[in-house]
Amino acid sequence: MSNMRSLTFDAIIIGGGGSGLRAALELAKSGKKTAVLSKVFPTRSHTVSAQGGITCAIASADPNDDWRWHMYDTVKGGDYITDQEAAEYMCSEGPKAVFELEHMGLPFSRFDNGRIYQRPFGGQSKDFGKGGQAARTCAAADRTGHALLHTLYQNNLKNNTVFLNEWYAVDLVKNANGDVVGCIAMCIETGEVVHIKSKATVLATGGAGRIYSSTTNALINTGDGIGMALRAGFPMQDMEMWQFHPTGIYGAGVLVTEGCRGEGGYLINKDGERFMERYAPNAKDLAGRDVVARAMVMEILEGRGCGENGDHVMLKLDHLGEEVLGKRLPGIVELSKTFAHVDPAQDPIPVVPTCHYMMGGMPTNVHGQAIMQDADGNDQVVNGLFACGEAACVSVHGANRLGGNSLLDLVVFGRAAGMFIEEALNEGVDYLEAAQSDIDSAMARINRWDESSGGEAIPDLRAELQDVMQNDFGVFRQEDNMQEGVKKLASLRERIGNAHLADKSNAFNTARVEALELDNLLEVAEATAISALERKESRGAHSRYDYPDRDDANWLKHSMYFPVEKRLGQRDVNFAPKTVETFEPKIRTY
Amino acid sequence: MSTLQISIYRYNPETDSAPYMQEFELDTQGRDIMVLNALEMIKQQDSSMAYRRSCREGVCGSDGMNMNGKNGLACITPLSEVVKDNKLVLRPLPGLPVIRDLVVDMGVFYKQYESIQPYLQNDTNPPATERLQSPEDRDKLDGLYECILCACCSTACPSFWWNPDKFVGPAGLLQAYRFLADSRDTATRERLARLEDPFSLFRCRGIMNCVAVCPKGLNPTRAIGKIREMLLSNAT
Repeated sequence: MSNMRSLTFDAIIIGGGGSGLRAALELAKSGKKTAVLSKVFPTRSHTVSAQGGITCAIASADPNDDWRWHMYDTVKGGDYITDQEAAEYMCSEGPKAVFELEHMGLPFSRFDNGRIYQRPFGGQSKDFGKGGQAARTCAAADRTGHALLHTLYQNNLKNNTVFLNEWYAVDLVKNANGDVVGCIAMCIETGEVVHIKSKATVLATGGAGRIYSSTTNALINTGDGIGMALRAGFPMQDMEMWQFHPTGIYGAGVLVTEGCRGEGGYLINKDGERFMERYAPNAKDLAGRDVVARAMVMEILEGRGCGENGDHVMLKLDHLGEEVLGKRLPGIVELSKTFAHVDPAQDPIPVVPTCHYMMGGMPTNVHGQAIMQDADGNDQVVNGLFACGEAACVSVHGANRLGGNSLLDLVVFGRAAGMFIEEALNEGVDYLEAAQSDIDSAMARINRWDESSGGEAIPDLRAELQDVMQNDFGVFRQEDNMQEGVKKLASLRERIGNAHLADKSNAFNTARVEALELDNLLEVAEATAISALERKESRGAHSRYDYPDRDDANWLKHSMYFPVEKRLGQRDVNFAPKTVETFEPKIRTY
Repeated sequence: MSTLQISIYRYNPETDSAPYMQEFELDTQGRDIMVLNALEMIKQQDSSMAYRRSCREGVCGSDGMNMNGKNGLACITPLSEVVKDNKLVLRPLPGLPVIRDLVVDMGVFYKQYESIQPYLQNDTNPPATERLQSPEDRDKLDGLYECILCACCSTACPSFWWNPDKFVGPAGLLQAYRFLADSRDTATRERLARLEDPFSLFRCRGIMNCVAVCPKGLNPTRAIGKIREMLLSNAT
């Protein structure tokens, strides 16, 4: 270990998706010594798969649109555990961030007047829920994530950002004071492991949908940042809150955008009934995603599902006509032909609720600074550690994210973190020292795998973990199943701790990467399971048969999962926006 | 039931003095799975098999490879589309240095992409809101901006095999035209000037392999033709 190379940066950004690239752009422009470290070439990050758009009150479709309406929708969508100060920041700063993207070249679709095209999405309203459906999601056809990610990558090239592409961050280096002072990372191409020293370490590692066996997420979404932070002992917030997207293609899990319903498509059961009219009489198919996903599962459980096994429903689009499909939803036409063997201009697409998004994550303030709690339960900033994007829980999504808000979250809070770090560096931040023992403990995990000489195989353990999460922590949850699930995960922890990495080679060893990812999947799964078991109410995406009601008296709170004791605590939700009145919790109907 | 015969290019620089083809048998139980799914099943038999993958839905561009002689994305190519006589041969994308197995070094490909300055350039101050663009002008970007940088086209191009350091290649040129065609970009003259030499653009011989293999159905040859037209009309 003594001859391990070390690299030094002002800031290291782990993850090259939307939020990481947006943060990097801010720092590269400032001339700070910054690097983006990504396990894939940046344009292969999962942001590329986002389809429908970026929700923001730019007042294009409706010149009278107001960011406060967007904020209201966001708070209500999150079932009132959205931090209102953060939602206020995102919705009010949003237009600036979206116009910046346009100036960078993002090829948004356009209205006839030349302004950015906006489409209706779920949970959107005008006039604080009183003015009917809004159209607030800015789109580049149905490839908005692709367009956004490539635009950000291109602008990072323009600004000479340093990239460590196909490098894998293994663990955080934390010193005796509890400060984060860098990380251990592996160059995938050569297998070289280095110590990265930095004044600021940003987790922009995205989601972890791969803890479920059925997910819209890319294979790379293994929660690496969350895993690293949990192993370093930091708490995670609202980890029970997982969004199941109503329209994953049945069998394949591939996403079909909510924009399909925004453009006028709707869901039908085996009787051809537009069943959402019964569950959400006003918003119908454009109710919150949690509401639509539950309705679909109810239809299936009550015997009105489609297909031989009655285990899915159908998304009807043919009435939109080939022209709208070709112009507004070309990617969907392609994906349904490839993965469902269905031409949506002719036939409906078989769909089923599919794990899509992690509302929880590393708690942060609006500057991206990671938050933990002191002994008295007060917020305490973690020195040196930042998070943004899906890995963070700032929390603008609360218990359920609205469609189109994730891309906005990425750019607004990636930008905010970049600006804050730049300012902090300008004010003068010193490198914090790590002792050799701090580095050694960050090396423990990779050493364990490299020394393994027998044990179970990685793919089998991964599949088992995914089945546990799928079966016991799905759309509907209940005590006994979850308790079983938590036990199974505890036994999986032991087995994964003894599992075998058969291939010890150095050059582009993807088996080693998958082994390290498995550890992270386990951390995220366990945090999810324990948080879900302990939150004894139903709120947003967390629905329990045994506690079917929202319990504001006890649970109008964030959950905080403490990994060392495997304990669930609470954290206050922010109800103090700076420029608008607080949105008081109300019964949530659509 | 007959099992599928899959022959895969193997090379590990630490242990192999030369690359070789390894034979695998796979029982797909008659299902028409994607080539990527077949590779995942093989990786369960042999964890040392190296390939890139991410989105598994044809939008990230990680898993470009050569399947029975034709470049494409493994994740959106069903076996029925490529398997012939129950046999499938998988090789890395041609013409690039192999790092390991199906993983190639894409450095020269990315370098050519960077050479065309793939970002919007506009020398006027941006307005407080978005720059306006008519739907007709925006339509001109369709078929261009969707490129996923998978390199299937450039590594199917004989001109790129021959001069990867000097010929930009179909992927880079498609992006060059994406910015030339953008009504918001003001660097047309400089962009064209960088492509005037005998190699950058003019090594394209219109072979159209790029069009034949693009998994997104894009047409780099047409884009190259448009740039030629712009260069010619600029010259007169």
